Amino acid sequence: MLKDITIGQYFPGNSFIHRLDPRFKIVITLIFIIMLFTGGTFPCLAIGAVYTLMTVVISKIPVKMFAKSIKPLLPFLLITALLNLFLVGSGDVLWKWKFIKITEDGLSISLFMIIRIVLLIIGSSLLTYTTSPITLTDAIERLLSPLKKLKFPVHELAMMMTIALRFIPTLIEETDKIMSAQKARGAEIDTGSFITRAKNLVSILVPLFISSFRRADELATAMECRCYNGGEGRTRLRQLKSTSSDYIALAVTLIFFAVTVAVGIITKK
Amino acid sequence: MAILETQELTYTYSVGTPFEKTAVDHVSLKIEEGQMIGVMGHTGSGKSTLIQHFNGLLSPTSGKILIDGKDIWEDKDNIRNVRFKVGLVFQYPEYQLFEETVYRDIAFGPKNMGLDDAEIKRRVLETAHDIGLSEELMERSPFELSGGQKRRVAIAGVMAMEPKILILDEPTAGLDPAGRDKILEHIKNYHRRTKNTILIVSHSMEDIASFADKILVMNKGKLFCYDDTVNVFARADEISEIGLDVPQITKVFGELKRRGLDFGKEVFTVGYAKELLLKTLNEKGAE
Repeated sequence: MLKDITIGQYFPGNSFIHRLDPRFKIVITLIFIIMLFTGGTFPCLAIGAVYTLMTVVISKIPVKMFAKSIKPLLPFLLITALLNLFLVGSGDVLWKWKFIKITEDGLSISLFMIIRIVLLIIGSSLLTYTTSPITLTDAIERLLSPLKKLKFPVHELAMMMTIALRFIPTLIEETDKIMSAQKARGAEIDTGSFITRAKNLVSILVPLFISSFRRADELATAMECRCYNGGEGRTRLRQLKSTSSDYIALAVTLIFFAVTVAVGIITKK
Repeated sequence: MAILETQELTYTYSVGTPFEKTAVDHVSLKIEEGQMIGVMGHTGSGKSTLIQHFNGLLSPTSGKILIDGKDIWEDKDNIRNVRFKVGLVFQYPEYQLFEETVYRDIAFGPKNMGLDDAEIKRRVLETAHDIGLSEELMERSPFELSGGQKRRVAIAGVMAMEPKILILDEPTAGLDPAGRDKILEHIKNYHRRTKNTILIVSHSMEDIASFADKILVMNKGKLFCYDDTVNVFARADEISEIGLDVPQITKVFGELKRRGLDFGKEVFTVGYAKELLLKTLNEKGAE
């Protein structure tokens, strides 16, 4: 069913990572990504893997969920691996057939790439799994707030993101309801030929558009009734507060980053 | 034979996630042909989930649904035919209108059934008449009608398929008292003409008392009871315990009985109460 799709991928919980300040989580994730890309050798990657494993264990999110986030990117992973495997020409030749050859370097580079991308996916999905979309946009707004000085509409952007995210589940539910209602009238949506299905799509899109416009209108009125007039001087219900655990998490990440850089320099060929 | 039967019907949402919830829990019941049945239950009691099983929009996690004694999921490719036998009108059905004219919107269901134009025309006009939509409305856009009219067009859209079982999920929600009475009256018209089985989900005990032959009560995913209207409202105390209500007039007569004035009958409509009181008064007056 349509309702089963999870968007924003938030996985509720109360672990150490769930409770961290979202601003710190975004910064930490950025550091993690840079860490993966600065370390160019296998030992560096091993440190990254240890770090990822550690955070996954602390987050208490089932490993199954990460497998789910990697799955849609499998074709991309496979292509990257194959391209590297066959196109890297340097190093000892391991296997050769006509003009196709696999070299030692090709094998190690493609393996390296796969591990790096998998760690990248796990690390970044950890951010969305442990942070609700609304707090995430809050944090983005705060992190981008220096741009306000350059007249960049940070608040408006964040508000648009918040509203969009807020209405994704509502719209999914609405679509589901309209689909069910039209199916109850015998519309073929999952079955039937392509043309009947396309025709029946009209019976879903028209009501969906009408209700979206109605909702937008109602929301605008409701916001105006509460005297919303942009971000100027607006206070917040949920204040983002950094605690000592946020600094600890940041410090640990920075240490890992430093070690990765050091190991990278030592092990560089 | 029962026209609709469920056997140990169970449905669980989002299996294997933290949101897992059993919405319908081992429900077994038999619905006889030609009756009008009221469905009651709290928000979240599983009644909406239950009725979506009746026309195969949801498939049970375990258990069976039989229509005319045949398991509807036996032949998965034919589930669309089940939807023509069991018509379902959702809550706020006016949001599903999409056609350019009222006529074409009502004709959408019958057209999907593959009927010929003459039959479609007959059905559309007859249901429009049952539901109180005049013929000059037929060529108007459904979007320019009033809220109550839109609601009636949407209900007619399902009725025109002439399903053997018609299920309406809170058809009177959000309407004013006059609109509410009108819609129920129109549904009764349709029932008189077609003699089809009708299930109506409602939160208003007065409404249910006014039409139901039998009442089905759901509580926390389980079938609380399914019995004749008289017997269900006789259990007023138990019904209040699960947070539902009985009609106000039934409460009045319950209180009268408690204080020693027993009429010997269950009362659940104001009309019947008036009749009973007048009759009793006449008898007493003659003494």
